[in-house]
Amino acid sequence: MNIPKELKYSRDHEWVKIEGTRATIGITDFAQSQLGDVVFVELPAVGDEVAAGSGLAVIESVKAVSDIYAPLAGKVVETNELLADAPETVNQDAYGTGWIAVLEISDLPQPDALLDSEAYERLVGEGGQ
Amino acid sequence: MTARQTPLYEAHVRYGGRIVEFGGWLLPVQYAGILEEHKAVREKAGLFDVSHMGEVLVKGPDSLSFLQKLVTNDVARLAANQVQYTPMCYPDGGTVDDLLIYKRGNGEYFLVINAANIEKDWAWMQANSTGFQVELSNLSAATAELALQGPLAEAILSKLTDVDLQQLAYYWFLPEATVAGRPVMISRTGYTGEDGFEIYSRPEDAAYLWTAIMQAGEPYGLLPAGLGCRDTLRFEAALPLYGHELARDITPVEAGIGKFIAFGKGEFTGRAALAEQKQNKPQRRLAGLVVNGHGIARAGYPVMFQGQRIGTVTTGSYAPTLNKNIGLALIEAAYAGIGQQLAVEIRGKNVAAEVIGKPFYRRP
Repeated sequence: MNIPKELKYSRDHEWVKIEGTRATIGITDFAQSQLGDVVFVELPAVGDEVAAGSGLAVIESVKAVSDIYAPLAGKVVETNELLADAPETVNQDAYGTGWIAVLEISDLPQPDALLDSEAYERLVGEGGQ
Repeated sequence: MTARQTPLYEAHVRYGGRIVEFGGWLLPVQYAGILEEHKAVREKAGLFDVSHMGEVLVKGPDSLSFLQKLVTNDVARLAANQVQYTPMCYPDGGTVDDLLIYKRGNGEYFLVINAANIEKDWAWMQANSTGFQVELSNLSAATAELALQGPLAEAILSKLTDVDLQQLAYYWFLPEATVAGRPVMISRTGYTGEDGFEIYSRPEDAAYLWTAIMQAGEPYGLLPAGLGCRDTLRFEAALPLYGHELARDITPVEAGIGKFIAFGKGEFTGRAALAEQKQNKPQRRLAGLVVNGHGIARAGYPVMFQGQRIGTVTTGSYAPTLNKNIGLALIEAAYAGIGQQLAVEIRGKNVAAEVIGKPFYRRP
């Protein structure tokens, strides 16, 4: 299971890369493997304001519909339009070209709201619940 | 209730199957991935564990008359070693189950029923056998079943059996054959829209047969296949699934499988209600939909016409072979004509859809 050290993680299996006031968000390798073949991604609109823990995107695999939550609060400033034509990118490169959206952070998350890679690895090791 | 394991549970884990609970059974939803397995079955072959299916043996001098009353199709048309698909209905025309009937000989029929319906069907058959000289045996626990499906299925299975599978026609079966030296019953049937075989065995032989078939199929590109692609395959072929396209409150006439109702055979349970529905045209019909807008229709989503709800999606998915998002939906008959523009409500938004012909996929 690939869990990059430099990223932060939510308990809902999103990853976050914080650079200055911007946060890039995607789903983890564990999440994509559990979902199976991704066939559709419903992206948020640029300009949407999202609260921490609210719905950010919807990912559909062949069999299931899954909500992707915003790990922190912010305004959507970029979405990954590549996923409209190639949703399978989420499976192929979850931490890279399979990113979902970039938020301009409005509220920094509480110190314990996001997990580091070791804590996330323990969560996944316990079955991901 | 704890979920049950089929005799192949350990094989599924060994082959990397992702196990889920389905109708009280622990079964693999996928191994390599639903799309890859789907493609393997369409282009090469896939091997499924369908041991969770139920089996009932009907024996006795009144077997035929009992079955003629029990199901809607004309069982008298079956020759020995032939298989028939049929709905089984309640007096009001609602569907108890859909099943396969294998005629083993005069006075002996082997029924294959849906796993989730075994207890209900068994009780229904017992209750309806009053007055008939028949003996019913529930063989579900004593029967394992593998399904080998795909255009290369015949070539693969031929390596493991002495019988000439080329001579076995669609919807016929061999009651006594061997595969890899084990006694089995083989039918040329299936649920994927492809050519293929169902192989019935003793539970203790199932794991051995699985491994033998997987090994024989390896050079042909055979993959183990899970429940996930079983559903996408049958869905593209527009084959009805109990609990979705057929149910207690959905009749075979509404589901568009009226050709399996033999009104000419005499009395059977549900006959009057189904005949009336057929004559007056059903108010609801099962239609095929393609979603033209962005989104995937799922079972239970509302189907809309100009802001009014006119029905419900029964199965909806991305269709791998067609590379489209399609659906089966039970909708008001007035809107079921091919080309009708409709919408599917997906997470609160109306997404454009259009009625298209079924099946969505037909084998070349």
